[in-house]
Amino acid sequence: MVGKVMNGEKGKYLIEGEKGKWEVVIGLEVHAQVSSNSKLFSGSSTKFGAEPNTQVSLVDSAFPGMLPVINEFCVQQAIKTGLGLNAKINLHSVFDRKNYFYADLPQGYQISQYKNPIVGEGKITLDLPNGTKIIGIERLHLEQDAGKSIHDLDPSNTYVDLNRSGVALMEIVSKPDLSSPDEVNAYIKKLRSIMRYLGTCDGNMQEGSLRADVNVSVRKEGNKELGTRCEIKNVNSIKFMQMAIICEAQRQVQLLEAGKSIDQETRLFDTKKNETRSMRSKEDAHDYRYFPDPDLLPLNLNKELIENIKKNLPELPDQKKERFINNYSLTAYEANVLVSEKEISDYFEEVVKTSDIKLAKNWIMGDLFASLNEKNISISQSPVTTKKMSQLIDSISSGVISGRTAKEVFEIMKESGEEPNKIIESKGLQQKSDPKELEKIIEKILTENNDKVEQYKSGKDKLFGFFVGQVMKISGGKANPQLVNQILKNKLKK
Amino acid sequence: MADLTKKSLTEIVSLIKKKEIKSEEVTNLFIKNIENDKKLNSFITNCNEHAIKKAKKFDKNPKLDTLLPGIPIAVKDLFCTEGVKTTAGSKMLDNFIPNYESTITKNLWNEGAFLLGKLNCDEYAMGSSNETSFFGNVMNPVAKNTVPGGSSGGSASALAADLTPTTIGTDTGGSIRQPASFTGTVGLKPTYGLCSRWGIVAFASSLDQAGPMTKTVEDCALMLEAMAGFDEKDSTSINKKKENYSKNLTNNIKGLKIGIPKEYRVDGMPKEIDELWENGKKILKESGAEIIDISLPNTKYALPTYYIVAPAEASSNLARYDGVKYGFRSNKGTNLIEMYENTRSEGFGDEVKRRILIGTYVLSSGYYDAYYIKAQKVRQLIKNDFDESFKKVDAILTPSTPSAAFKIGEKKNDPISMYLNDIFTVPVNLAGIPAISIPAGTDNNNYPLGLQLIGKTLDEQKLLNIAFAVEKKINFKQNLNRWWEK
Repeated sequence: MVGKVMNGEKGKYLIEGEKGKWEVVIGLEVHAQVSSNSKLFSGSSTKFGAEPNTQVSLVDSAFPGMLPVINEFCVQQAIKTGLGLNAKINLHSVFDRKNYFYADLPQGYQISQYKNPIVGEGKITLDLPNGTKIIGIERLHLEQDAGKSIHDLDPSNTYVDLNRSGVALMEIVSKPDLSSPDEVNAYIKKLRSIMRYLGTCDGNMQEGSLRADVNVSVRKEGNKELGTRCEIKNVNSIKFMQMAIICEAQRQVQLLEAGKSIDQETRLFDTKKNETRSMRSKEDAHDYRYFPDPDLLPLNLNKELIENIKKNLPELPDQKKERFINNYSLTAYEANVLVSEKEISDYFEEVVKTSDIKLAKNWIMGDLFASLNEKNISISQSPVTTKKMSQLIDSISSGVISGRTAKEVFEIMKESGEEPNKIIESKGLQQKSDPKELEKIIEKILTENNDKVEQYKSGKDKLFGFFVGQVMKISGGKANPQLVNQILKNKLKK
Repeated sequence: MADLTKKSLTEIVSLIKKKEIKSEEVTNLFIKNIENDKKLNSFITNCNEHAIKKAKKFDKNPKLDTLLPGIPIAVKDLFCTEGVKTTAGSKMLDNFIPNYESTITKNLWNEGAFLLGKLNCDEYAMGSSNETSFFGNVMNPVAKNTVPGGSSGGSASALAADLTPTTIGTDTGGSIRQPASFTGTVGLKPTYGLCSRWGIVAFASSLDQAGPMTKTVEDCALMLEAMAGFDEKDSTSINKKKENYSKNLTNNIKGLKIGIPKEYRVDGMPKEIDELWENGKKILKESGAEIIDISLPNTKYALPTYYIVAPAEASSNLARYDGVKYGFRSNKGTNLIEMYENTRSEGFGDEVKRRILIGTYVLSSGYYDAYYIKAQKVRQLIKNDFDESFKKVDAILTPSTPSAAFKIGEKKNDPISMYLNDIFTVPVNLAGIPAISIPAGTDNNNYPLGLQLIGKTLDEQKLLNIAFAVEKKINFKQNLNRWWEK
């Protein structure tokens, strides 16, 4: 590794070469599968994980005489996403054919949008450690997915599964505004979060619902001109995107510092070797022979449809963050964490409907998140439901248990999903809050430790803690601390 | 009733409705004629057994309130027919049996008709003489060794030779009207979007349109009524109410204005065609119509425009024939690319390859603007010419073709002279408007010649009415010596 990664001014991501510092310029083309029960131009199911070739219509497999018919729901989903990205919705857009031959592309062309996409320029705001950064969106267009070629089932044959063939994708192209692997991480997460809030893409990267082509170039620090870029195709996790960017940027720095130039080309990322490899050069680039698909009319939208979708948009992460800060007195950081996933924000809001806000945010962001991480599950899969979380918090605020005991209760809850009240009850964890009972215990301790009482009264204040400790010891930790303090202070005054 | 097969579709329908004849008798008579098809070669697939079975079923419980009760119909082999081989005249689909039925044929079957057979055509409907078919050329019943025109050559030949009472073709640049003209029959290319394209093997999607091929204008109205209709499976289908073309057919065309475009007079056109055209004008005048000279100035660009747009779309439409999913696959080659190359080299004929090459070229980066985009602009100008003219006239009268049927092989090696055959028909497809060809006379060989009437968008009724009036007065009589039966 030649270029060392370092942080410049204001945490700027830089690669330190032998001849200077280099900035990285990154643009992403994200392919997001539209959440829709049926495909972009046919009625076939899009359900993940079905037996190969069981979700394929005559249109998807390009039989002679078959014609595409646009799925209006997918169009609405694209509009919704466009609005969520603060983007311009184009009232007129056109479906084009992108022509190339491949075994898993039955038509011999992909129906996509080339010159006239459905969504134009927009923007996404990222919350970064040093503040916010706005990333421009160049465009969003609708297109068909291809099928899947399976090369490893047989030594001499390739199998083709057309279940994915024709599934609707949104290609979301960013401007080259990203400048570090961390920003890419934040961008993908934010984009994913927006689409999940909108219900337009489930963002499931394991199932291939979200993949990206990553464009990377480098330039000397402070240089305004863009360098020659390379496109790394089809990277399917944030981690791999980051790895690919790091090694591709370093490869480019190395070449440029050796006085060589960058060839504009398409590259593949080898996750095992952690390197990018040339796939095809610009000269070998396909001539896709784009032209408007004559089987489809141009897509003309009316303003009312867009206004209607706009009116019914759900609250998005940025708006929700503002509201959380204002309504719940959260810090920007806390609000960010709580709105990052719609499910988390829903959970939080459900809990604070009845329970203490401060306790809720601490318990959710603390013990609950830790347990989710530990088990690698999502918040909706947690056995600690909002109702149980509220119960736990309420028993702390009402003094039934102490914060310390609550931790003990939570440990049981997160495994069994048992109700906190039942755990407290069956284990007898309630605090002793009966003043008469506590008074008895305290009087007994004071009598038994008469010498220490004298020392305290003659000014050794620190002994107060000793008395509290004794009470806790005798009560098995269940004595209500506030009450103990109060009674002790009264008794020792006399 | 030995001559029943010579009767018009309308007459046969009426006989069946009056229960004077059974569907099975009709079917058997046509099957008997089809037995003599060998020299004509108009059929690719016979469906005799299927047809007799359907006829018997019909006779058992005749449903007479349909448009085509108990009528056997052979169709161009470009329409996908469920369970019956559909080849598009190509080796590529020689083994292809669809498990679906095209909307148009389904519409016919819903009106009481049934399939009699699949008719020969130029490969993927690319040709003007039916000489590009993988299944051999078709002969014109008019004279031995003459072409029936194309691409719906098998349809025209079978119809003229009384092998089917009516038929359907497809018309991308004249593929219904030119063969109709060559064989002394009637052929209509409807408004683009009136007849569904779903289930028709595609050639050029923005131009392809199915239409009826019949012996009379009356038959044509009846068939169009059965075929036309909105289809939600075709995004370019026009959503409008069905019309009763046959019921509303009238030869009263008094007061209609007919345009005569000066650009449709080309060098070397036989004088008989001019005479025919003059005769057409005379008849129209006699029928009370007014003749108006008009100009369609961009006509000369229509053919070059067509030969950019149509191959461009075809090059993409035919990409799906790659040997992977259905149809022919070459067993040569050791990898995917070689399999593609061998499959497409062996599976497609020369004319199809020529058009795929032209289409690929005009869509290539660096040429796209100069060819495809420019052609689209000219296409709009051609459409504007018609729109302008239709402000002044109700329909336009032209010859259907610049010549009558020619000899087999005569133009096979000269694509340009072959393409020139469509010079009068192509502008109509580019504009998406309807046109009909009706038999109007003969040339000095006694080969039929047709006149073309061009109408406004969705103005099929008026077009049929005018054709009906002209047909009556021309009184063309098909006089075949039935050489192929000897």
